[in-house]
Amino acid sequence: MELTLALAIGVLAGSGVYLILRPRTFQVIVGLSLLSYAVNLFILAMGRLRMDAAPILSGANANPADYTDPVPQALVLTAIVIGFAMTALFLVVLLAARGLTGNDHVDGTGN
Amino acid sequence: MGEMNHIAILPILVPMMAAIANLILGDQRSSKRIVGLNIAFSIILLASAVLLFVTLAQPGATAAAVYPLGNWPVPFGIVLVADRLAALMVLTTSILALAALIFASARWYRNGTNFFPLFHALTMGLNGAFLTGDLFNLFVFFELLLAASYGLVLHGGGRNRVRSALHYIAINLVASFLFLIGVALIYGTTGTLNMADIARVAPTITGENRGLFEAGAAVLGVAFLIKAGAWPLHFWLPNTYSSAAPPAAALFAVMTKVGFYAILRLWTLVFANEAGEGATFAQNVLLVLGLATVAYGSIGALSCKALDRLASYLILVSAGTLLLAVAFNAPGVTAGALYYLVVATLAAGALFLLKDVIDQILPAEAQILAVSLEIYGDEDEELDEDEEVSPVTPTAATLISWCFAIAALVMAGLPPLSGFLAKFVMISSALAVGDAPTAATWWFTGAIIVSGLFVLVAMVRNGINIFWTSLPDGALRIRPMEMAPIVVLLALCVLMSVAAGPILEFLTDTAAFIHTPGGYVGAVLPPGAAP
Repeated sequence: MELTLALAIGVLAGSGVYLILRPRTFQVIVGLSLLSYAVNLFILAMGRLRMDAAPILSGANANPADYTDPVPQALVLTAIVIGFAMTALFLVVLLAARGLTGNDHVDGTGN
Repeated sequence: MGEMNHIAILPILVPMMAAIANLILGDQRSSKRIVGLNIAFSIILLASAVLLFVTLAQPGATAAAVYPLGNWPVPFGIVLVADRLAALMVLTTSILALAALIFASARWYRNGTNFFPLFHALTMGLNGAFLTGDLFNLFVFFELLLAASYGLVLHGGGRNRVRSALHYIAINLVASFLFLIGVALIYGTTGTLNMADIARVAPTITGENRGLFEAGAAVLGVAFLIKAGAWPLHFWLPNTYSSAAPPAAALFAVMTKVGFYAILRLWTLVFANEAGEGATFAQNVLLVLGLATVAYGSIGALSCKALDRLASYLILVSAGTLLLAVAFNAPGVTAGALYYLVVATLAAGALFLLKDVIDQILPAEAQILAVSLEIYGDEDEELDEDEEVSPVTPTAATLISWCFAIAALVMAGLPPLSGFLAKFVMISSALAVGDAPTAATWWFTGAIIVSGLFVLVAMVRNGINIFWTSLPDGALRIRPMEMAPIVVLLALCVLMSVAAGPILEFLTDTAAFIHTPGGYVGAVLPPGAAP
């Protein structure tokens, strides 16, 4: 499972970085989205990978060793919300730039 | 939890209330009452910042006011920690915010939608970033201030602003992802997000985890350096700052200092002298980056014709100087750097505002304004007839040129003003470190002195172009509401050189506290958990 997740993060981050370095704004925003997926998976992985373990303690005498780390899940949730909002904002600015400059180059001067 | 500790959350709550009130009342751009309300909120914020500062600055006061949010026990809950450094940063932000808000109230807020809510949200994010004692909460406040700053960069609209905002947002989104990667790595190796707890656990990390931990810190550092505008991660800064609306740009002057603050806070806490392995982690890198930033900023300053662009490069110079000071990791140098931070921020803010006033009254600059108006498309900028304006007299022109001269003296670090005192303290403390000055000391001293010369040349050249021209005959006017904040900001810089003794004494205590992380850790963590 570790290998699968590591490969997924690597592929997502790699294609994300490649797309961010492209000259078109649409490619940049797709790249940013891919990179945010990679980062979210990475945060989750930092809580160690556990199968079939709940994140929320139940009962007074629960043994913490039976549960998975809930903190990264909370962090990922926050990161997803913030990343989503920022991407939406970026999309608006991207459309405004397209409207004002008449092309979709990141510098507004391409062909 | 004493009553005093509740003061720590006020600088976050007041701007939040202000932003909410503005959203409820709606975007009424012609109402004078809205302006009054916003200025009142900003004054309340300044009052709470002063209260926090005075409470902590008293002799014998607790070194850090700790505010556990929701009263969750540390280190499980998020905690706000107001120590003297945080209080100083909050006070600087609040002063600059009030000045910029009053300036914007004269006319800039009418150039776009929702100026005031965004402005207060930015202030809230800045204050939160300074006050939080939790690494992930720092990320959240960073995003809050960035989201507000995206809106402010776009304020007024137009092609130039949208283009620079596009770059600014893309770069900061990448920086945020780096921030998250760094936080995740640090959490993965230390198992905590509380900064004091990280400082407690950090020396015990060894072996393969040490490498991961330092990689996390390095990735986090890169994210902070992007915000701080360090070379070579600063290319977004001059374009963004010079195309933003002047009052927004003035508040942005403190935004690069958030990056510096975060680096200073984490590095002194986690990688300080007593933290064992990795004691001087990345100090040399910071030194080289600081030198490169100062050099780039100084040369960039010489290349500028427009004052707002020059001010952006001056921000780079001050960012580089502050990085050099962090790299030095000595209490005396840090004290000087904090003094420099306050005066450089206030003076740079004043310069952005001054540029706008000069634009309105002087012919050569007025033409540039006419050109930029075409680009930005501010069509509805004609003056209201009932506004309080005074005709440009030689007195007004004299006032403006004096303001410019004071800003130039402070930024270049010439005696007798506070810029000189700050640089003098930094250099003399750097020379006093250790037995004999090392190569790093000479690089540090040289960079500070030579950059001062470059800045002086750039400022004088700009001043000649602006002020040694004949005054226009037309009915161009300046508004008292725009001039007053500039005068107050620069008067504070002058006042800080007069009261340098007590201020430096306070800053020396502050620097001593942040360079002994045991104090911070002891104040935040419950007794018995300290290392």
